[in-house]
Amino acid sequence: MANSELTAKTATPLARMADAFRRGLDSDVFHSFKHSPVTIVATVVTLVMIGASVFANLVAPHNPFDMATIDMLDSELPPVWEEMGMSKYLLGTDNLGRDVFSTILYGSRVSLFVGFTSVVLSMVIGIALGLIAGYKGGLIDAFIMRVAEIQLSFPTILVALLINGVMRGVLPPSQHADLAILVLVLSIGLSNWVQFARTVRASTLVERNKEYVLAARLIGVKPFFIMVRHVLPNVMGPILVIATLGLASAVLTEATLSFLGVGVPPTEPSLGTLINVGSDYLFSGSWWITIFPGAALAVLVLAVNLVGDWLRDALNPKLR
Amino acid sequence: MALLNIQDMKIQFPSRRGTVEAVKGISLEVNGGEIVGVVGESGAGKSTIGNAVIGLLEAPGRMTGGVVSLHNERIDNLPFQTLQKIRGRKIGMIFQDPLTSLNPLFTVGQQLVETVRTHLDMSESDARKRAIEMLDEVGIADAENRVDQYPHQFSGGMRQRVVIALALAVNPKLVIADEPTTALDVSIQAQILDLIRKLCKERNVGVIIITHDMGVIAEITDRVAVMYRGKIVELGQTEQVLGRPEHPYTKSLMAAVPRSDVKLDRFPRVSYSDGEVKQHQHIDIHSHWLGKSRDYVQKDGPLVRCENISMRFTSRYSIIPSWRKYFLAVDDVSFDIKHGEIFGVVGESGSGKSTVARMISGLYTPSKGKIYFDNTSVSDLKTDKELDPFRRQIQMIFQDPYSSLNPRMRVFDVIAEPIRHHRLAESKEQVTQIVEDLLEHVELGRQAAWKYPHEFSGGQRQRISIARALATRPRFLICDEPTSALDVSIQAQILNLLKDLQQELGLTMLFISHDLPVIRQMCDRVAVMQNGKIVEVAETEKLFTDPQHPYTQRLLTLMPTLNFQAAV
Amino acid sequence: MLKFIAGRLVQSVFVMLFVGAIAFTLFQFVGDPINSMVAEDATMAEREALRERLGLNDPIVVQFARFAGNMATGDFGFSYQHKRPVSDLIVERLPATLELAGLSVVLALLIGIPMGVYTGLHRYGVISKVFMTLSLIGVSLPTFLIGILFIYLFSVILGWLPSFGRGDTVQLGWWSTGLLTASGWSAIILPAVTLGLFQMTLVMRLVRAEMMEVLRTDYIKFARARGLSNRAVHFGHALKNTMVPVITITGLQIGSLIAFAIITETVFQWPGMGRLFLQAIRQVDIPIMSAYLVMIGFFFVVINLIVDILYYVVDPRLRIDRAKGAN
Repeated sequence: MANSELTAKTATPLARMADAFRRGLDSDVFHSFKHSPVTIVATVVTLVMIGASVFANLVAPHNPFDMATIDMLDSELPPVWEEMGMSKYLLGTDNLGRDVFSTILYGSRVSLFVGFTSVVLSMVIGIALGLIAGYKGGLIDAFIMRVAEIQLSFPTILVALLINGVMRGVLPPSQHADLAILVLVLSIGLSNWVQFARTVRASTLVERNKEYVLAARLIGVKPFFIMVRHVLPNVMGPILVIATLGLASAVLTEATLSFLGVGVPPTEPSLGTLINVGSDYLFSGSWWITIFPGAALAVLVLAVNLVGDWLRDALNPKLR
Repeated sequence: MALLNIQDMKIQFPSRRGTVEAVKGISLEVNGGEIVGVVGESGAGKSTIGNAVIGLLEAPGRMTGGVVSLHNERIDNLPFQTLQKIRGRKIGMIFQDPLTSLNPLFTVGQQLVETVRTHLDMSESDARKRAIEMLDEVGIADAENRVDQYPHQFSGGMRQRVVIALALAVNPKLVIADEPTTALDVSIQAQILDLIRKLCKERNVGVIIITHDMGVIAEITDRVAVMYRGKIVELGQTEQVLGRPEHPYTKSLMAAVPRSDVKLDRFPRVSYSDGEVKQHQHIDIHSHWLGKSRDYVQKDGPLVRCENISMRFTSRYSIIPSWRKYFLAVDDVSFDIKHGEIFGVVGESGSGKSTVARMISGLYTPSKGKIYFDNTSVSDLKTDKELDPFRRQIQMIFQDPYSSLNPRMRVFDVIAEPIRHHRLAESKEQVTQIVEDLLEHVELGRQAAWKYPHEFSGGQRQRISIARALATRPRFLICDEPTSALDVSIQAQILNLLKDLQQELGLTMLFISHDLPVIRQMCDRVAVMQNGKIVEVAETEKLFTDPQHPYTQRLLTLMPTLNFQAAV
Repeated sequence: MLKFIAGRLVQSVFVMLFVGAIAFTLFQFVGDPINSMVAEDATMAEREALRERLGLNDPIVVQFARFAGNMATGDFGFSYQHKRPVSDLIVERLPATLELAGLSVVLALLIGIPMGVYTGLHRYGVISKVFMTLSLIGVSLPTFLIGILFIYLFSVILGWLPSFGRGDTVQLGWWSTGLLTASGWSAIILPAVTLGLFQMTLVMRLVRAEMMEVLRTDYIKFARARGLSNRAVHFGHALKNTMVPVITITGLQIGSLIAFAIITETVFQWPGMGRLFLQAIRQVDIPIMSAYLVMIGFFFVVINLIVDILYYVVDPRLRIDRAKGAN
């Protein structure tokens, strides 16, 4: 044990952090990461794409929303390597003369924003309800899980569409465009909590009967603290996995909703909106308007899925 | 000529932290009609041998040296197809857990018929006849009808009989039984061992029994091989090895086995095992924190009194009350625990002994009856404020050392939690001081505080659990099978520690166990439980020498005895 | 058995009431149905008269009871937008969606299960890795993108298959089928494959995971130790044990197929319920939305009932009570 010299005196916060870091590097999870080139590539791709979209205004060669810089004469130009391509438009331009590469960067920013916030939303709801259901049991549990079960049988996309439709009915039409992103986050977030709740509940049921939880109850620790201090840290593994895979599926759902025309408005396009708009030009031969955003979406989702898949296997002790 | 001959077998498990040599060159012979035991503590490599003989080593494990021959034919290097013909046909295997060994979706008959027809050229109806014969032979009554039942319709002991029938279905010459009775109660264990012995002699089959249990070895084997860290340290006739062990490891192992015939003051130290434990530090209880503020006024009467307590669980819930199904785990039980005594509760699985422990600890609320602690009816207290003083006085040590510590908390926080919760220390420094003292006291050393539970072995974790329980300065300690998951040498250390603590701190203890010899070594008085009821309560010595109730008498006759143990 | 089914039926009624309550709430709180039914310049008195006539002034409980009764008899009201009974619209569109979803399920199961079994048995094989990679790509590509790519490849570039519509249909009573004509078959191939692809990858990954789980159990190890052939162990013992979770997930998948049909129908302009629903959402056409919701709820209940009965057939532990006092 490299850290057996740690005692009360040396256990300053810094030393403990260093110790935790050393453990991290030595852990089985990190070891399996090091030995999975696919995962490393996927992680790098994910980080690069997140970075590029967060700093889209610095990275993108053009600002596709600045009307002054857009030249309608440049519309539907193919990528550089095609005959008609222009060097300043790497991946060509769309029907409005916007640089496709730049719209992709700005578009993934919207997609990722919606993805992240909705995952956080469903995570918060799901963890809270899952913990309560699993720890309390009885009627509360039966009720929460029955609702979850019913909702689960209505697929995410349908629930999201429905919530979306209701929002449209409730809100005045003039605000639809302004609130579109909020509505989208709510509908995706509310339609995804079930997965978290079910997983957290299942793990909580297992952990609740473990003897360390019984010991905490005997000490007199309050249920809330038992959940937060004892149970939650032990169910973080599966939560992390679902959150990662959930990010991928949230980005997909966002794209799908936008494609169906009930998502982000074209004035602030996400990847889904770009594909939707571009698909009209597919038949006229301007394939790049839809194929490149589509590829960006697929690569992003694939990379996140790969990371999530690896996490699931790495955190599952049975597969080792 | 021996039936099975293992020559210099070596088995390795490569892993990223280096190759583990599970078996380091062992040689063993088994003859027809002979039962050979392989005994050792966890990690000794005993199960690996059985798996290797039948060619079922789990990846990435592999045999790196040696020869295994059956009837003088080498079998360790056979191609897969040939090996398959040997499995079941020439070598049968019995696994530990009968509940998971049978495929739940097929009837017992289907599984038997399939096995028979895989190896023998037999018609469906002949195979079925044979299946019924086999079930009959392993002692399943009404085999004619039961052959069409599914595994879940059989009890644990009956399922193990089915497993034996499956293993012997096509008359193999050798049977390897890996902990065949570990998952079973003592009364069923005796029946299964008898059955194995009977079949071995009648059919002239060679049997290898792999176990950690000296009682099983003494009961059934002709010869025994004692394994320690991948090597056979001693091999010989069972009586000789158990009665007059020569190797120091066997000697210390035998000394650690709790004796059923006589009560000893302490278990002898197991000196052979590595990782020598530190000498227990005796503390001056009057000056130390642990002894401080023992402000309880000793009242008259028993410390704990259970009055007609029952516990009913709902086994199936339904909105309609008459559709609900209940299970009465504890049925109208009454007893007292006196100040300063160790009170034992013994019983087979499902007897309700753990439920009693959990009711007294406050984890369960009895459905009927009252529990008094120090003359106060604890069952009537509701609020945390009322309950907290009692929680502080009653603590518990659990069975499973692997789940009784939160894997995400450092040992320091595990032990400090009760101190902080009950505000037993004045400052942070004092908390640290107390935790470190406690760790010293349970012989782990203060450095242990900054590690995580997974860095410790089972026995060490159990010490941490004890330290956590002591951290509230309890008066009453409940031990629910505290050593049943531990190796026998570790068990001896933990039991010694518990005895010392009880004496030093004047603790009162409730000690739950299924293991009669352990009860005899630990307890002052014992209650015997069967099907939720207490059938007998008596002084320990009296219970063992002069049992009154027929059930107690039966339990005592079934208790494996090591006749070879040296007289004291 | 009867008691078991009776219990499930009671549960199903509760689920339907719950779904009905949501659909009813839609009616109650989202938009004022009067607005979409009267002319722009209607007076307050006219509105009030209509309100009274439609029973919108009755107590909520009465309204809900009437609503539930109407739903149960297949009366879903009038579409705001189409000005026709919703039930007529559904009868027109339902066969198209069911044929599409049905064919996709068959595709997904017929290809997904064998692929799952294969990859579960040969975890480290080359073909398994290829399958797994393909499945991951399948999960990561959005359905609509796959649809667009298919159209681009098979309709635009190769010109083999039509890119929209159902082709010629034949009327069998009220059911219009496209499965009896050549053009109907050529029209359904692309949408069915598009829709089935995602489910197929899910089924495959699930079967694989379950297979790996089962192969680790003691009874499989014991079966091997008895010398049973690999074939018997894998396909006799292991596969049957993976079926229980596979049945559940397949049940759930059929529900989600109907939902994903919305996307596929949009991409291929398939005249099914999904497109109807999507238009209703865009136009806030509440009667269609709530009818669709109730329909889906009904499918869910029926599928779940079938799944429960299948469980019962597959797993003897549910069918036969534990032995009592066998010891």
